[in-house]
Amino acid sequence: MALLKRLAEQDRPALAFTLDGEPASGLLGDTLLTAVLTRSEHLRGSDFSAEPRAGFCMMGACQDCWVRLGDGQRVRACSTLLEAGQIVSRDPGRQL
Amino acid sequence: MTIQPSVVIVGAGPAGIRAAQTLHAHGVNACLVDEGLRGGGQIYRRQPANFRRDPKALYGFEAGKATAVHQAMDTLATHIDYRPQTLVWNAEDHRLDVLQEGRAGTLDYTHLIVATGATDRILPVPGWTLPGVYSLGAAQIALKYQGCAIGERVVFAGSGPLLYLVAYQYAKAGAKVLAVLDSAPFSAQCRALPALLGQPLTLAKGLYYRAWLTAHGIAVHQGATLQRIDGEKRVSAVQWQGSGEPQRLECDAVAFAHALRSETQLADLLGCEFQWSELNRAWLPSRDSAGRSSVPGVYLAGDGAGIMGADAAEMAGELAALAVLADHGQSIDTVRSEHLQRKLAGIERFRQGLETAFPFPEDWASNVPNETIICRCEEVSAADICATVNEGHWEINRVKAMCRVGMGRCQGRMCGLAATELVAHCSGRDLHSIGRLRGQAPIKPLPFGVESQP
Amino acid sequence: MTRFIETDVLIIGGGIVGASAALALALKGKRVALLERDFCGSHSSGVNYGGVRRQGRPLSQLPLSQRAHEIWSGLRDLIGIDGEYLRSGHLKLARSDKDMEALRSYAEASRGFGLDLQLLDRQQLRARFAWAGDVAVGASLCADDGHANPRLVSPAFARAAQRAGAQIFEQAQVVEVSHDGQAFEVHTANHLSLRAPWLLNCAGAWAGALAAQFGEPVPMVSGHPAMLVTEPLPLFMDVSTGVEGGGIYARQVARGNCVLGGGQGFALDPGKARPGQAAVLEILRNAVELYPPLAGAQAIRTWSGTEGYLPDREPVLGPSITTPGLLHGFGFAGSGFQIGPAAGEALAQTVCTGQSTIALDAFSIRRFQSTAQRSTNVSH
Repeated sequence: MALLKRLAEQDRPALAFTLDGEPASGLLGDTLLTAVLTRSEHLRGSDFSAEPRAGFCMMGACQDCWVRLGDGQRVRACSTLLEAGQIVSRDPGRQL
Repeated sequence: MTIQPSVVIVGAGPAGIRAAQTLHAHGVNACLVDEGLRGGGQIYRRQPANFRRDPKALYGFEAGKATAVHQAMDTLATHIDYRPQTLVWNAEDHRLDVLQEGRAGTLDYTHLIVATGATDRILPVPGWTLPGVYSLGAAQIALKYQGCAIGERVVFAGSGPLLYLVAYQYAKAGAKVLAVLDSAPFSAQCRALPALLGQPLTLAKGLYYRAWLTAHGIAVHQGATLQRIDGEKRVSAVQWQGSGEPQRLECDAVAFAHALRSETQLADLLGCEFQWSELNRAWLPSRDSAGRSSVPGVYLAGDGAGIMGADAAEMAGELAALAVLADHGQSIDTVRSEHLQRKLAGIERFRQGLETAFPFPEDWASNVPNETIICRCEEVSAADICATVNEGHWEINRVKAMCRVGMGRCQGRMCGLAATELVAHCSGRDLHSIGRLRGQAPIKPLPFGVESQP
Repeated sequence: MTRFIETDVLIIGGGIVGASAALALALKGKRVALLERDFCGSHSSGVNYGGVRRQGRPLSQLPLSQRAHEIWSGLRDLIGIDGEYLRSGHLKLARSDKDMEALRSYAEASRGFGLDLQLLDRQQLRARFAWAGDVAVGASLCADDGHANPRLVSPAFARAAQRAGAQIFEQAQVVEVSHDGQAFEVHTANHLSLRAPWLLNCAGAWAGALAAQFGEPVPMVSGHPAMLVTEPLPLFMDVSTGVEGGGIYARQVARGNCVLGGGQGFALDPGKARPGQAAVLEILRNAVELYPPLAGAQAIRTWSGTEGYLPDREPVLGPSITTPGLLHGFGFAGSGFQIGPAAGEALAQTVCTGQSTIALDAFSIRRFQSTAQRSTNVSH
């Protein structure tokens, strides 16, 4: 189950990371968005209906791709490169 | 004048890079602030350093231009104060507030060139917030920047030259493109031909993409309007309407947009005067033919002050830099300056042609279903907006205050123009009279616990 | 083409004070015309923090504030919406023993006014409000105070006034005011010409010019509080807070956003203001020590407004001392939202019966008169 499909540049070193507590991996040069959406189908839940969201603009404008890192820091997945060992968690959102 | 001006350029796309280059050639080294990692902006975004595709694969016919811009950037980076991954979040008189790696700092300037570029212009349809739905620009970035397609079976929709370019790029890269749905009727494109002939190379490329898609068996439908996107947790199908029966097409990804919109928040915070642009259907910061804004010391270049494309952005960046130098008392090549202005005027005429070829769907507001989410951040629907208008509110900031449209994290980037169209439609007022969403700092979200730069 | 309007009462200013005066007058059967330069409730009344509180006010304001508290309890019936009004409690935090002592003194002094303040020590504070940062040593809780959405509430007063029969004119900038001995005449930029024996000066931070015109200038200055709102966050706080001695106050709305205030902004022009860069950064840096759950959160928008401050931070409320028929209601020093409906009601009572139920002497414009001026005034 994935959203994004890798077409090119597949011969890159793998980087292990954690997604919602589960082991995961991406490739060096992936953004967090790419690393997560090449193996799953959402980045966060919406704030008022807990609906799945997976970003929209990929250029840091729509603010719909925020994820949480292990140290509590929040980052835009589309603008942040994956680093080895990163602990990534997805906010579930809320149903008002 | 012997005192060096202190020039800051915000944005490292084609406009910002050419501005920095021009200044450097005249002995002035600017500070170039870039939200991105490696310069290039969006259209010429550079892939991560360890990627290996060559420029032709990434930029196609624009490979030469993109490479030239990147080389200019690389040469400059060793001479100027280049600040990547740096956000300008506020501006007050001759001082910018920046955020770099979680640290807050300031940048003072005597002259400021605002080259903040653009994002896709979005007219929402039901289902557009589903995973698997992206803007056309996003679909292009996924491919260009990450080597990915947004899905296995992609539908492209909307209108504008970018629609055909991205669909072509996807198909060429081996993605499965199910269909291209262009809301513009073929007749519109025929009508536009005379104006489009003003930039024959650009026209030829556009025709080439379209022809290539058809030649490779990809369905291109004109006068085809995307009506809704279906799916539970992700895209499963689109429904669209052409001249015949409503159509349903199963797919797992959709990329759509209707041309671009300018990022004007910084110009707004700086107090620049705005004027209505009929062509852009938007309020834009005013600039003279050299790029001077209404605020002394503030210059505007590129798509951030009106959509004109990458070629125009390069010229406007150079022009603005020349204006900075001239205003600071340096002598500049006025012949060159006039030449650039003439070329820009030619591109302006071409843009009029593009608007004719890919007209804005003026019936969007009257057709959008009530339940459509317009503001995806705050989950405000078309019905919510129209109800607010029916209570007597019509000025866009007032409508925002009442129903929250544009109040979310993206501060109206995705929904502002669509909301304005809806308010105009529901109130019966002219589009320009609805106003524009007032820029408020921070331009993008700021974290609590931010430290100061030493 | 000028439009002529003859009426009983003219009100300049469509903020919460002017609009609630219009509503009260219309409900009492008076003919009212209200003139608002922009949109009703779009300035301070619409962009303030949203605190609906009695706690912390000077004792002089408590009778009026208590009356306002009663009005707020019937808000939905009065203005047709609940405006997100919640009696969440107002928790005033102390960051030092000195601050705690100040809270104790206030609780003592305000006894009898109906605030029912509860003092909480460090342990009690944390037991009830687990989110409070270590820097808080204690607090004073007013359980029935609360907060609301000013963007919704203030305009709703104007709409309710309109439904009750008041004429509300927006985008109607007043360009000339005069008095011919019998009545006031007001002209607007959009060609309205109005006439009435009563004029209510509810023009907020801009009311000083009108007061000066009628020979009773006031030393009012404009203040611009810095306000900030976060993205929606998981709910952690159900009270609205204040901080003894200043500091960063915060409330969390049902949708999850936290609204914070603290520090000052600046005016862009007489009508618009923005938070200062430094004030915004101060809030971002210091809020977490008071409200630890904000760590990792993002601020998405800041704004400011224009408020009128008099040197004693009390409003001017009540009759003019120079001109019969002129009433003032302005200068609420950033604290007009909760008390506004009672202030408007008091002005309406003055029009209808000659005086208000609650004494307004403490807020008389007389207090800004010099002794020399006072002796030449006609008393009435």
